[in-house]
Amino acid sequence: MSDDPARAALEAALRADRGRLLAALIARTGDFQLAEDALQDATEAALVHWRRSGPPVSPQGWILRVGWRKALDRLRRRARDQRHLEAETVLAAEEGAEMTPEDIADDRLRLIFTCCHPALEPKSRIALTLRTIGGLTTAEIARAFLDSETAMGQRLSRAKAKIATAGIPFAIPGPELWAERLGSVLAVIYLIFNEGYSVGRHEAPVRTDLCEEAIFLARLVDVLRPGDAEIEGLLALLLLTHCRRCARHDAAGQLVPLQDQDTNLWDADQRQEGLDLLDRAIARSAPGPFQIKAAIAALHVTAGPAGTDWLQITALYRALLRYEPTAVVRLNLAVAIGEAGDLTGALAELGAVSEDLTDYQPYHAARAEFLGRAGRLDESIASYDRAITLATNSADAEFLCNRREKLRERWAS
Amino acid sequence: MQYMALIYTDPAKAPEMGEKMNGEYFELTKRMREAGVMRAGDALHPVSSATSVRVRGGKVETMDGPFAETKEHLGGYYLIDCADLDEAIKWAAQIPGAQFGTVELRPVVVFR
Repeated sequence: MSDDPARAALEAALRADRGRLLAALIARTGDFQLAEDALQDATEAALVHWRRSGPPVSPQGWILRVGWRKALDRLRRRARDQRHLEAETVLAAEEGAEMTPEDIADDRLRLIFTCCHPALEPKSRIALTLRTIGGLTTAEIARAFLDSETAMGQRLSRAKAKIATAGIPFAIPGPELWAERLGSVLAVIYLIFNEGYSVGRHEAPVRTDLCEEAIFLARLVDVLRPGDAEIEGLLALLLLTHCRRCARHDAAGQLVPLQDQDTNLWDADQRQEGLDLLDRAIARSAPGPFQIKAAIAALHVTAGPAGTDWLQITALYRALLRYEPTAVVRLNLAVAIGEAGDLTGALAELGAVSEDLTDYQPYHAARAEFLGRAGRLDESIASYDRAITLATNSADAEFLCNRREKLRERWAS
Repeated sequence: MQYMALIYTDPAKAPEMGEKMNGEYFELTKRMREAGVMRAGDALHPVSSATSVRVRGGKVETMDGPFAETKEHLGGYYLIDCADLDEAIKWAAQIPGAQFGTVELRPVVVFR
C-alpha cells in the first residue's frame, strides 16, 4: 500500500470522514442512493486524479466537491431520461457555489435521526445506521447478522426507497418529538451492542465487532449533542458492560458468571470512563431508562468485599419497570430479589411472567437456579433441561449443562 | 408532499359514533383547513353498504360487501399536503379513529 500514496490518502480520508461526507451529500441532494452513488463516483475519480498529480491539500474537500458534481451529473442524466427539468434548474442554480472543507457542516446527527426513524422496520434501522453512519459495507453487515449479502442489500435498498417515497425528513426532530425519536436512536445503538454481546467471540470470529461499533455510535451522538443525560447514560451503560468483555469467557470459551470473573481482566480505563459519565448524567437531574440500566451495570462493577449490592439493584429494577413495564425487566427484578436473599419473593415474581417468557431461555435458567437454591431438585432439573433446549449458542448451553451437573453432584453427595 | 390518511376501524370496537366523535372530526377538519394542509376528506358509509366490482372475461361481476375480509374497515380518509412524513404523522395522530383503529399514511404518487 505504501507505494500507492493516492490510495493511502483516499483510504485515510474515508476512514476518518466517510460518514460526514455522505451526510453532507445527503443533506444537499436529499437522496440517500444518489449521495451514495456520487460518493462512490468521487472516490473512483480521486484514485485516477491523485495518482496523476498527487493527493490534494484537503482530500475531504476534494471528495466533497467532486461528489457534488457527480451528483449533479447523475441528476442531469436522470433529468434527460425522465424530463425532471424542475430538479435540474434548482440544482444548476446551486452549482456556482464552491465548497471548501470548512463548509462541510456536520450533518451526521440529522442523518442518524433519518436512519432510525420509527417508520422504518427495526432491523432496517440497524442496517442503515451501520451502513451510513458506521460506514460498514453491506457484506460486513450481512455477516454480522448472519444474513446473505443479497438479502441485506435488498433490505438497504428498500429502506432507502422508503425514506424517499414516504418523505421521511432529513432533520433533527423538534422538541415535541425529541424524546421519542432520541429513544429510537438510542434503542438502535443498544440493539447493535446487544447483537455483538450475545455472540461468543470464539463462535464467529469473522463477525465485525458490533459492540465496538455501538460504542463508536454512542460516542458520536454524545459529541454531536453534548449534555444529554440519556445519551450519556447509554454510553456509560455500554462502557460498563464492555469493560468486562475479556473476563466473560474462559480459555475454553465458556461463559463465566459475573461473580466468578477475574476483575484484573476488566478494562480499568473503560470502567472508570463509564462511571464518570454516569455521575455526570445523574447530576443533570433528567432521569431515564438508560441511566438506570447504567447504574445497575455500575453496581455490578463496583462490588466491594461485601459483594454486590443486590438490594440497591432491586430498587433500580423497580424504577426501570416504570419506564419499561416488560416481562424481561420483571425477570431481571426477580433475579435481583433472589440474589438479595429472598427466594420466595423471586419465585413469586418469576411466576408472574411465566406465560410471557415460556420460550425465553434466561427465564428458565433463572428459575432453575432459584429452585435449586430452594432445594426443589426435580423442578430445578426440569427447568435446566428446558433452558438448555432453548439456548441459542453453544457457550450458553455448555454453561447451563455444567450448572445442572453441579446441582446433581451436590444432591448425590 | 400529499399524503392519503386512510382511517381503518373495527365497528365492533369503535365507541358509539355519536355527536362527540362527529364533533371531534369537524374540529380536526377545521384545524387542518386553517393550517392549509387539508386537500380533501370524507367519511364513508359502513361496509354493509359496500359493493365490490370486478371485470372478468369482459363481464362485470358485482358482489355485496367489501373486497377484503378483515375486521378493520376503511371508514374514511383525509388527503393532506405536508412538508414531510413527520408533519403527516402529527396530523394523523389527531384523527379520532387513531384512538381505537389504525390510520394508514400513504404518499400520493406524482406523475410528471
